[in-house]
Amino acid sequence: MSGELTGGTSGGTSGELSGGTSGGATGALSGGVRASWPLYEVFVRGKRGLNHVHVGSLRAPDDETALRHARDLYTRRNEGVSIWVTRSDHITASSPDEKDPFFAPSGDKVYRHPTFYEIPDDVPHM
Amino acid sequence: MSHDNPYEALGGDGDARWAFGTGFTDPLAGVDTTAPAGVDGGDLAAYCLMLGDDALVMSHRLQEWCTRAPELEEEVALANIALDLLGQARLLLARAGQADGGGRSEDDLAFLRDAPDFRNVRLVEAANGDFARSMARLLVFAVWRLALLDRLAGSRDPVLAAVAAKGVKEVAYHRDYAAGWVVRLGDGTAYSRERMKEGLAAVWPLVAELFVPHEVELRLARAGVAVDPSQLRAEFDAVLDQVLDAARLTRPDAARPGEADAAQEGPADAAPAGAGGRDGRHGTELDEVLSVMQSVARALPGATW
Amino acid sequence: MSAADETSRLEEHFDRTIAREQRIEPRDWMPDGYRRTLVRQISQHAHSEIIGMQPEGEWITRAPSLRRKAILLAKVQDEAGHGLYLYSAAETLGADRDELTAMLIDGRQKYSSIFNYPTLSFADVGVIGWLVDGAAICNQVPLCRSSYGPYARAMIRICKEESFHQRQGYELLMTMMRGTPEQRAMVQDAVDRWWWPSLMMFGPPDHDSPNTARSMAWKVKRHTNDELRQRFVDMTVPQAEALGVRLPDPDLRWNAERGHYDFGEVDWAEFRRVIGGDGPCNARRIAVRRAAHDDGAWVREAAAAHAARQADRAGRGAAA
Repeated sequence: MSGELTGGTSGGTSGELSGGTSGGATGALSGGVRASWPLYEVFVRGKRGLNHVHVGSLRAPDDETALRHARDLYTRRNEGVSIWVTRSDHITASSPDEKDPFFAPSGDKVYRHPTFYEIPDDVPHM
Repeated sequence: MSHDNPYEALGGDGDARWAFGTGFTDPLAGVDTTAPAGVDGGDLAAYCLMLGDDALVMSHRLQEWCTRAPELEEEVALANIALDLLGQARLLLARAGQADGGGRSEDDLAFLRDAPDFRNVRLVEAANGDFARSMARLLVFAVWRLALLDRLAGSRDPVLAAVAAKGVKEVAYHRDYAAGWVVRLGDGTAYSRERMKEGLAAVWPLVAELFVPHEVELRLARAGVAVDPSQLRAEFDAVLDQVLDAARLTRPDAARPGEADAAQEGPADAAPAGAGGRDGRHGTELDEVLSVMQSVARALPGATW
Repeated sequence: MSAADETSRLEEHFDRTIAREQRIEPRDWMPDGYRRTLVRQISQHAHSEIIGMQPEGEWITRAPSLRRKAILLAKVQDEAGHGLYLYSAAETLGADRDELTAMLIDGRQKYSSIFNYPTLSFADVGVIGWLVDGAAICNQVPLCRSSYGPYARAMIRICKEESFHQRQGYELLMTMMRGTPEQRAMVQDAVDRWWWPSLMMFGPPDHDSPNTARSMAWKVKRHTNDELRQRFVDMTVPQAEALGVRLPDPDLRWNAERGHYDFGEVDWAEFRRVIGGDGPCNARRIAVRRAAHDDGAWVREAAAAHAARQADRAGRGAAA
């Protein structure tokens, strides 16, 4: 379903990234109220004995709602797991290739996601 | 799993963490369904219909939000609540069908009864209105139902007790969800505050009926099976005031001292006995709900789904 | 070292990472074209999930049994969840969900054309599960190995849930085929209407798909449109036979030499028409999404205003 619309969709992609990172994650009220909610990262402990693992992100107006949305979205009605949420802009991340000679400043744009993704044990072939 | 083979992706791995919502089996499997001694089957069935219809119609109104919610995260949350209530409705309707000995299934009861045979309170059949009004209604409903289920968990009827025990956890979540929105909208922008006030005012006339006991409820309450709803008002008021306080709002009746007390004492003014949804007296809004909900089932009599 | 040298060395490193079947992660250097292709692909996929809630969502309140109602509600809820996983992946590339939504509702970005067809009976719910979700699985399972990490991980989760969707659809159809003659006719009618649009879901034929080669080189895409379409047909024909429905293609027959089913030519003019905005439901689908977004604006604003006020109060409390 995804990239299969190539026929009719060329164009319209420029500008997608322009300023895409500018302040969208803040939700701050500068002058007027910004309707968009800040981005949160979600970490789930799938079961006891495992680390919390990053599972994705979501948008919420505040911490408490973020936790609630995380439960709805990433664990649906499954009880007994532990969830952490944190504002994406509160995460400080290293660059994945920081010791790599090929790493360059141009690769260091702070995009919205942390880089320490882990793959849960039950995901094969990753 | 080889990701190149679509068949394997279809394989039945039983990992319930992924395949949400697959547990749709006989709702009453494994529960002792014998009616408690000395309890009239007709009364028990009528009571199950009351609580079941409340959940069914409330779920329907929440389903109407689907694809229309103010944000995608709310789509997921509202669907969760609708699913919980639908689950409660199925258990209660199945119990009703069994208790009166008529052998009607949950689907017979949901799809083949006419409006006058529905026993839900009018609060749940009212149209959604905007998001503020929907949240006001959900808050009122959940605060009331939570107080009710909390007591019903001690019922002498094992099925009602089991349904209530499960429902308490669910409805506590619904209450917190609605409370969160009432606070955010009440204490949000000037516009949202206005919407929230209007939403509360629109819902408020339907509140008194929630606490008017039906004779079936009174009989079963005396038998230790049901809950007398008139006993729930104090808890309801206390919880609601707490939420409204955080939202910097007041109960619509608070400006007129004495009225809340009157409602607490009985059915004298707003909803006289015999005139409420528990007796099958409904507004045209329930007709609208049923004309949609029952349309496919009734168009194809004898079909299997 | 000149900037050009630097870029070419970064590109070399990127190419080697891909060649080693390693994943590209959000803050890695990547060619602009790779980023643009992914943002387009992932956001169109996300839009498709969200718009895809509508054709089936219309039947939730009308579902003819409470069990079917619960299953359908859970399914449509999953689709909202899939959309969110995918927007989340797109945001790792620097895209903003608000902007993507704006591009969807003002027509600058597309979604899968399949959702521009109407759902005319409850049998459509089953056929969408069987054919549309089946086609989606064929398309999406290979994407679990996409070179872009967040997309691949989102797809793993989505594919698991899609398999539940396909099973429930097929099971509904089996039940209906065991029901009344009227129900069987409903199923056949729905299959007749959805078969060809389902084949269109794999996109234009390879000779007419200019971006395929590059997407495959980047391992954003793993198989060509025609390969996936063939795989879907091969998988579906025996399922149709087991169900007892006829697929509406007189040219459909087993080709022992190829080891595949031959099938007729898709109406590509119709495909282009629907993609171009002239399908039966394009306007309605966008109108519903736009209305939800616009009508919800004051709610989202209120929540943001409340959160800001709370933060303000907390700040003052801490300062005091």
